[in-house]
Amino acid sequence: MSARAVAAGPAGGAIVPRLVIYGLLILFCLIYLLPLFVMVVTSLKTLDEIREGNMLALPREVTFEPWRQAWGSACIGLTCAGLKGYFVNSIAMVVPAVVISTLLGALNGYVLTKWRFPGHRWVFGMMLFACFIPFQSVLIPMARVLGALGIANSTAGLVLVHVVYGLGFTTLFFRNYYEAFPNELIRAAQIDGASFWQIFRRILLPSSGPIIVVTVIFQFTNIWNDFLFGASFASGEAAPMTVALNNLVSSSTGVKEYNVHMAAAMIAALPTLAVYVLAGRYFVRGLMAGAVKG
Amino acid sequence: MATEAIAGGAVTRQGAGDRLRAWLPRLVLAPSFAAVLVFVYGFIIWTIVLSFTRSRLLPVYEFVGFDAYVRLFAQPSWWVALQNLAIFGTLYIAICIAIGLLLAILIDQRIRGEGLFRPIYLYPMALSFIVTGTAWKWFLNPGLGLEKVVRDWGFESFRFDWLINTEMAIYTIVIAGVWQASGFVMAMFLAGLRGIDGEILKAAQIDGAPMHQVYRRIVIPMLRPVFLSAFIVLAHMAIKSYDLVIALTGGGPGNATELPSTFMYSYTFTRNQMAVGSASAVMMLMTICAIIVPYLYSELREKGR
Amino acid sequence: MALHTRLLAGTALLAGLALATGARAQVKEVEMVHWWTSGGEAAALNVLKEEMQKKGFAWKDNPIAGGGGSQAMTVLRARVTAGNIPTAVQMLGFDIIDWAEAGVLGDLNPVAAREGWDKVVPAALQRFSKPQGKWVAAPVNVHSTNWIWANKAVMDRIGAKPPTSWDELVAVLDKAKAAGVIPLAHGGQAWQDATIFDSVVLTTGGPDFYRKSMIDLDAGALGSPTMKTVFERMAKLRTYVDPNFSGRDWNLASAMVIKGEAAMQIMGDWAKGEFLNAGKKPDVDFLCFRFPGTQGSVTFNSDQFVMFKVGADRQEAQNALASATMSPTFQSAFNVVKGSVPARTDVPDTAFDACGKKGMKDLAEASAKGTLMGSMAHGHASPAGVKNAMYDVITKHFNGQITTDQAVAELPKAVAAAR
Repeated sequence: MSARAVAAGPAGGAIVPRLVIYGLLILFCLIYLLPLFVMVVTSLKTLDEIREGNMLALPREVTFEPWRQAWGSACIGLTCAGLKGYFVNSIAMVVPAVVISTLLGALNGYVLTKWRFPGHRWVFGMMLFACFIPFQSVLIPMARVLGALGIANSTAGLVLVHVVYGLGFTTLFFRNYYEAFPNELIRAAQIDGASFWQIFRRILLPSSGPIIVVTVIFQFTNIWNDFLFGASFASGEAAPMTVALNNLVSSSTGVKEYNVHMAAAMIAALPTLAVYVLAGRYFVRGLMAGAVKG
Repeated sequence: MATEAIAGGAVTRQGAGDRLRAWLPRLVLAPSFAAVLVFVYGFIIWTIVLSFTRSRLLPVYEFVGFDAYVRLFAQPSWWVALQNLAIFGTLYIAICIAIGLLLAILIDQRIRGEGLFRPIYLYPMALSFIVTGTAWKWFLNPGLGLEKVVRDWGFESFRFDWLINTEMAIYTIVIAGVWQASGFVMAMFLAGLRGIDGEILKAAQIDGAPMHQVYRRIVIPMLRPVFLSAFIVLAHMAIKSYDLVIALTGGGPGNATELPSTFMYSYTFTRNQMAVGSASAVMMLMTICAIIVPYLYSELREKGR
Repeated sequence: MALHTRLLAGTALLAGLALATGARAQVKEVEMVHWWTSGGEAAALNVLKEEMQKKGFAWKDNPIAGGGGSQAMTVLRARVTAGNIPTAVQMLGFDIIDWAEAGVLGDLNPVAAREGWDKVVPAALQRFSKPQGKWVAAPVNVHSTNWIWANKAVMDRIGAKPPTSWDELVAVLDKAKAAGVIPLAHGGQAWQDATIFDSVVLTTGGPDFYRKSMIDLDAGALGSPTMKTVFERMAKLRTYVDPNFSGRDWNLASAMVIKGEAAMQIMGDWAKGEFLNAGKKPDVDFLCFRFPGTQGSVTFNSDQFVMFKVGADRQEAQNALASATMSPTFQSAFNVVKGSVPARTDVPDTAFDACGKKGMKDLAEASAKGTLMGSMAHGHASPAGVKNAMYDVITKHFNGQITTDQAVAELPKAVAAAR
């Protein structure tokens, strides 16, 4: 049941309101797509065409050379091998971080809702606050800690950082979702003698599809797009792709190869875009299931 | 709740194994909680401590009282940053919520092609501003972007030089910020709308209420929790937004788009005044606290069950 | 005889011991943090990479682009705090002094003594490479900021010669305006506004005033009538830039001059790289001359490779890097490509073009006369906090947010608050 089913009111409704609705939606679509359009179109033009032309114009001749360069031969510092190596670094960092933080979030949510203990609200509140901390202020102390642990310049260090700062959000999402999960099933399982882990594995996890998707999307996006931690805790060839991209587009001298920059930016954005487009439907479903409900 | 009773019941059985089992939930939660204690609260305390020292380049633990705070409030750009945060924050939150709600209501009208519209509104959230910054800078640049395009189309006197105008630059940040986040707010409202019980609305319709009144009097008030959540998410994004500003204006022209987050970064890392930077971070955290804590308190207290 | 043998044996034993302890393998790798990420600069740095590779050292590149090093400095802090210290870091001016005070820099005195750096590096540079009397950095180049770059064809067309005084400059700019050409190509970013400010201070008050106000930070000089004239002149220059100047990158402003859309740009000599990359030749397509009234003085900034304190096993690589950086062949090859002049005064100028030769001559002259002074705009006259405080006032004034009177009143206060 939803508002729209009812609000549609007298069936067949006037054409005009429908037109207005679609019109507005399409107008917003165009506005939202503009920057993406500019980026794609620019990445397919030659430099001369960019210099002379209008940024919204379609390319006269489509060229994929900027994409080839961005992937394989663009110079990032002194090495001219494009983005591909850094892409792999990012994947190596993001996948473990997302998996671990999602798993921990699920467990935390489970404990906080189905195995309540005195003070659980305080614990949850305190963990929630972790969502709000600005990363710049934790950079230096984190560096000290990572250095002491000996993982300052490694993928493991980055994974640790991202897991820790993702805990607030993942716990929030799962906790709200499991809160709405009927307790009768849990009770029944406990009466049957199921253990802590069995309940989690057999009952909660299988029904957690939507919220896992929401969490994975959220974490993937944030971790993939992070620059500050990636630049500080990984160096040179092991740097994630955001650092390489920044080096490519923020160079201050010489001819700015806008087409290569845009192609590189698109390559950098492809994984997150893919995740959003493919899993977007589950995103709303997951939100409906109470991920961010009050 | 009942589960507590069940869990409590489990404890009454004897045996160390059972005791362990009873503590298991807390053990499972413990690493995460400990991590948060250390890496969030520990670091916050460290930042607060640092704001009372005379650190410049690297942390130096020599205490000088409120010196850093005095210097902080003596900086004109800090006040500009606060003012900008008020303007940006208010507009960003208000417009995101307005557009998000509007789009959600529109999509909820049993339209076709939701699978197409929704990702289009959502995708900006997926991109970082290192990626889109260049495109936005172009777009807003008078000589290269929208102004030029519209002029090429024949409207010679069209002006859109906000990006380089000291009075208007902050509004360009609002535009780009709204573009990025309103899709997410839309998704939240859409989820909320779909969770509304149709029976209540049917009753209202039967009473003859026109559609817009139904929305205004019934639907929107029922979305109160979503408004709150959206407010929290947007408020925290507004306070933390750094990439957005740096990508578009770098804090300029002049210091017209300085925000507390850019101020903190520049004082800590560029101007070698770590103590002042820490003081500004403490102020930022206090602002975040002032917004988040009351909300958390009210939300978590309500569940009296 | 017995003594002889015993001595020999003893020495052999000692030598053996020394070899054994020192035999801990030296890491044959150099890791450099820098922000030279684009074409020309990277090509220039590549010269060093090849030098080091010839000597058997692997090169680990760690570029962090952005903001003239601001991102790199952030990353550096994190790395130093984490104990993950790079071999060398590109750094400018007062940052070096700040880091030296933090006590984390290495000691290059042995290398410096061996190669006689004290004699060939100008004193003004040594202020930064040798804070507290200890060599910590190898200077790579000397850029100077009080240059003007002009399009020769445009200058000829409007019938102008390189001006030698403020009034002549205004006259030339007026001529350009009348001819429909943008008189001054400029990018409205704080550091670019400040670069112009450097030259205007120097020409208005002379080198002594520059030293007093920008380096000594004398409050009287900062709030003086001379400074008021400086701000008035900045406002005048503002009238010669095109309406789209705000936020423009400096190389795009250079492009305007290269293409003939603008007559001239006030910029440091890294601009020369843009002209050369576009295939332009000095004195044929473009002119380089000192900001009118500043001939004889040089405001400089110098990129230096700062060596951090590293373990004994990385000492050799570090020393080799320092030595390679200071070698005359590298200094010549690098600076020819980069557009700056060598940091050693004993490098022959044969490989340099007309502007380079002029730069080297001016440098030697200024160093001898004592008018070689650090550029405020580029962090070589005052510490970062003060520099940025000045930036705030200069750029607000240039953008019309405050009046000249307000600016000259605010400048000493802002500087005092930042110290």
